[in-house]
Amino acid sequence: MTALTTRRVGIALVTVAALTAAACGGDDDTSAPAPAPAEEPAAEPADEPAPAPAEEPSGCAVGEVDGDLNLYNWSEYIDPDLKDAFAAEYGVAVNESNYDSNEAMQPIISAGNSGYDVIVPSDYMVSIMIESGDLMALDKAAIPNLANLSPEFASGLPYDPAGDYSVPYQWGTTGLAVDLAVAGDDVPETWGLVFDTDLAEQYGFVGATTLLNDPRETLGAALKYLGYSLNTTDEAQLDEAKQLVAEATERIAAFESDQYDELLATGQTALAHGYSGNFLVQFDEADDPDQYTYFVPEEGGTRWVDNMAVVIDAPHPCTAHTFINFILDAENGAALTNWNYYASPNAASEPLIDPEILEDPIVYPTDRSMLEFIADTGDFEINFSDAFIEAKG
Amino acid sequence: MSVSEIATGDADEQHTVAAATPAFEAAAARAAARRGLFMALPAYVYLVIFFAAPFAIVVIYSFATRTRTGGISLSGWNLDSYQRLGEQIVRDVLWRSLGLAILTTLICLLVAYPFAYYMTIVSTTARNVMLVMVMIPFWTNFLVRNYAWRLLLSSGGPLSSVTEAIGLGETDLLFTKTAVVIGLVYSFLPFMILPLYASIERIDHSLIEASRDLYANGAQTFRRVVLPLSMPGVIAGSILVFVPSLGAYVTPDILGGGKEVLLGSYIVTQFGTARNFPFGASLSVVLMVVMLTATVAYFRQGGRNL
Amino acid sequence: MGVHAGVVFAFFYAPIGILIIFSFSGDRIVGQWGGFTLDWYREFWNNDQLTNSITVSLQVALIATVASVVLGTLSALALERFRFRGRRVFDALLYLPIIIPDVTMGIMMLVFFAEGIDVVDSLLGISLAKGITTITLSHIAFCISFVSVVVRARLSGMDSRLEEAAMDLYATRWQTFRYVTLPQILPGVAGGGLLALTLSLDDVVISQFTSGPGATTLPVYVFSLIRKGVTPMINSVSVVMFLASLVLIAAMLGVDRLRSTGSNVPSAVPRGDLSAEPAVGGHERGDT
Repeated sequence: MTALTTRRVGIALVTVAALTAAACGGDDDTSAPAPAPAEEPAAEPADEPAPAPAEEPSGCAVGEVDGDLNLYNWSEYIDPDLKDAFAAEYGVAVNESNYDSNEAMQPIISAGNSGYDVIVPSDYMVSIMIESGDLMALDKAAIPNLANLSPEFASGLPYDPAGDYSVPYQWGTTGLAVDLAVAGDDVPETWGLVFDTDLAEQYGFVGATTLLNDPRETLGAALKYLGYSLNTTDEAQLDEAKQLVAEATERIAAFESDQYDELLATGQTALAHGYSGNFLVQFDEADDPDQYTYFVPEEGGTRWVDNMAVVIDAPHPCTAHTFINFILDAENGAALTNWNYYASPNAASEPLIDPEILEDPIVYPTDRSMLEFIADTGDFEINFSDAFIEAKG
Repeated sequence: MSVSEIATGDADEQHTVAAATPAFEAAAARAAARRGLFMALPAYVYLVIFFAAPFAIVVIYSFATRTRTGGISLSGWNLDSYQRLGEQIVRDVLWRSLGLAILTTLICLLVAYPFAYYMTIVSTTARNVMLVMVMIPFWTNFLVRNYAWRLLLSSGGPLSSVTEAIGLGETDLLFTKTAVVIGLVYSFLPFMILPLYASIERIDHSLIEASRDLYANGAQTFRRVVLPLSMPGVIAGSILVFVPSLGAYVTPDILGGGKEVLLGSYIVTQFGTARNFPFGASLSVVLMVVMLTATVAYFRQGGRNL
Repeated sequence: MGVHAGVVFAFFYAPIGILIIFSFSGDRIVGQWGGFTLDWYREFWNNDQLTNSITVSLQVALIATVASVVLGTLSALALERFRFRGRRVFDALLYLPIIIPDVTMGIMMLVFFAEGIDVVDSLLGISLAKGITTITLSHIAFCISFVSVVVRARLSGMDSRLEEAAMDLYATRWQTFRYVTLPQILPGVAGGGLLALTLSLDDVVISQFTSGPGATTLPVYVFSLIRKGVTPMINSVSVVMFLASLVLIAAMLGVDRLRSTGSNVPSAVPRGDLSAEPAVGGHERGDT
C-alpha cells in the first residue's frame, strides 16, 4: 500500500518534471502545450527566440513611458534625488531593488519573468548576458543622449563593441589601499606588498591584509604581479598564480569583499584590496584623509565599467529607454558622479562635475595603459574558481 | 464499546481493544488511515507542489551540462557533475565541514541542555519569558548580528578587554576557527533549545521523584530517566543544528575571514562565481541524499532506544 | 543552573548590546564611537525603501508562520498518530526542506516561479508576477518542516490514552483536540511557530531569488547594502524591531495573566490531568 502511493507520487513528480523539462527548451517530444519561452536561451540558441525577438528595436519614441520603472541596481549607486526627478518628470514611479553581486543578479534575470526593466551589470557580465540572450537590443533612436558619451565609451568596449546592448553608467579600478600610519610614507606601489613575504613583513602587513573574496580579482592580481594577463587561459600561469595566493593566505587576515574599507579605517588592517570609489568615500570620512592612500600597482590591475541595460522581457521597455536617456543627460550624469564618487563615462557632464573629483587621479587615473578589463573566459571560469578554492585549502 | 467508538479510535487502540474482532480491527485501521491521510494531505500537497516539483529542477540540472556562458544545456545528459564529487578538493571540503558541524552540534547540546532543563522547572510565566527571550535576539538582522560579533571578537574589542582585565592577556579571536565556532553556536543555539525544551517539559516529574525515592542520585536519575525520555528532543535539536552548520557560509566568511572553504561556501561558489549550476546541483543532491538517509536512520535509532 | 541560564542569556544579548550602543553613534562606521546622535533613526524613518522592506518582511513572516503552524502541526499529528498510505514518503519529503542548502532552494524556487508564471499565463491566461506572494509561498515551504519537527519531538511518546479517555467520555473529536491534545502539544506548537517566525524574518537567500520589483524583504535589503558599508542605520532598524518585539511580548504576557486569573478552568484542567497520569504508555510504542 505504501508502494502504491510511492508510485503515485513518483508519477506526479515525473509529470511535473516533464512539464518543467518541456518548459526548459521544448527539446523533448511531449505533446504538452510547450510554453514558449526557452528557460535559458543560451542553452538552445537554435530554438525559436521566445519572449521577444532580440534584434528588433523596441520602437519607442524619445521620452515615451509605458509604465513604472523597475530598476535593479547595486545599492547606494544612484542619488535618490535623481530617482525622484525622473519620477516627477515622467509621471511614473521608480521601484528600485538592489543586488550585491553580478552573479546574484544574472540568474534572476536569466530565469525570466523577473519583472525588472533596467539592470546595471559590470563589463564581463554584459558579454555573458548578451550571449545568453538576457538583454534587449537597444533602440538607439530612443536614446539621443548617447551622443554625450566620451568616445572612449561610445564604442570599442571589448564586452559590447558596438554598444548595442549596454550603456556605460560609471567606471573605476581595483587596487590597493594602504594605512600610511602603519606602513610609512615610502610604500612601493606594487602587488609585492601582498605576494612578497619580505615586503609584507617590512611594512607590517602580515596578519593585517585583506584580499577580495573573488577568484577573478584576487588571482588576477597575482597574475598581474607575475606579468601575465588577468584573462589568461594558460593553466601553467594560473597554477603559478594559485601558488602565490596560497602562500599569501597564510599571511592575510581575511578574504573580504564587503567591509574591507571599514576594516582599514578602524585599524584592524593596514592593507586592503578593493574598489576605488569605496575607498575614496571611506578616506573622505576619516579624521585625517591623508593617512590613507589608494593606487593601482605598477604591474597593472583591473578596470571595470558598470552598464545600464534593458532586460529582454522588460515589462516597460520604453520607460527603460527613457530612463537611460535621462541618466545620460549632462546634468544628471554629473549629479551621479558628485554623489557616488565614481568616474563618469559622460563627456558632456565633465564641466559640471566637482573639480576635486575630476582632478583626483584615484577617480580618473591618468595612465590607463596598465589597466585591463576582466573578460569572461567561458569554460576556463571553472579553472579560476577551482584554483581559488584550492589556494585557500 | 460501540462500533463507532472503535472506528474513531486511533492506531494504537486497535491492537489492544479490537483484537477479538478482526472485522472491527480492519474497519478501525481503515478509518485511522483515512483520517491520518486527511490530516497530512494539506501539507503533503503543498510540499509536492512547492517543494518536490521545484526540487525536480535541481535533479534535472545535476545531469545537465554547463554552457560556455554558465547556462544550462539539457541536450547532453551526463554524469560528469557526479564524477567530480570524487575529487580530492571535494573530500577535503567535506571532512572539514563535517568536523566543524559536529563540534558545533556538541557544544550546542552541552550548552542548551541545562538551559532547557532549567526552563522546565521555573514558573510558567518565567518559562514563557525565557522562551521568547531566547528568540528575540534573532528577530534582529543576522548580518548585523554577525558584524556585532566581529566587533566583539576583534583585537582591542570588548572580549579582549574582559580577558585582559581578568589577567588572561589580550585576545584576538577574529578571523580564527574559534570565532567561526562561536558564531555558529550563537546562530544555531535556539534550534537546540526549542526542541529540547519541548521534550523535557513533557517528562512527568513524578517519574523523577520516583527515581529519587528509589535512592537514585542526581546523575543516575538524569542518565536513566531524564535523558532517555528527552531523546526525541536531543535528536530533533541535533539535526536542526547539525544540518545548517554543515551548510553555513555567511558566518564562516565574516568571522573566519573566508580562509578555509567549507561545504556551504563551496556550493554557493558553484551557483555564484563559477556559474556551474550542474555541479552545484549534483553537490546538493548528493548532500541531501546522504543527510536524509542519516536523518531517517538517526530517528529510527532514537525511536528504538526509547 | 540559574547561573548557567544567566551566562547563556549574556551570550545571547552581548551582540545585541553592541548593536544598541552603536545605533546611537555619530560615526558612519559601526565600531567607532562618534558621539551620541539620533540621526540614524531619523534616516531610517525617512528611507522609503527600508520602511517598505520592513512591511514586506512582517507581512511575509506573519502569513508564513500562521500557515506553516497549521500545516506543520497537522502533519506532525498525522505522522505521530496514524499509519496511512504514503506515510514514509511524506516523512522523507518533510525533511528535505530542512537539509537542502539555502542557495539550492533559492535557485530552484527562482526557476520554478519563472516557469510557473509562463505556464499559468499560457494555460489560464492570468499573468502573475513575482513578489510578496512568491516569497511567502517559498517561506511556507521550508517553515512547515521546522514546525513539524518541533511538534513531533513533543508528540512522540506522549500518552495517547488521554485522548481515548476523552472520547470514551463522549467528547467530540474537536473537543478532544481542543481540550486534550492541543494543551499538551502547545509548547511544541509555540516553539515551532517561534522558529518559523524567526527563520522567515531572517531568511536572505531564498527571499532574494523569489522577490520581485518593489517587494524586497528587510534582510535582502540589508544584504544588498553590505558592499557600500553597513551604517548604524541598520543597527537602528534592529533596535526598533527588538523593542517592538519586547512590547509585543509584554502585551501578550499581560493578556495571558489577565486570562489565567479570570478563569483558569479550560487550560488548567487538562494540564492537571497530564501530570496526574503517569506517561508510561508512550515509550513502549517505539517507532510507528
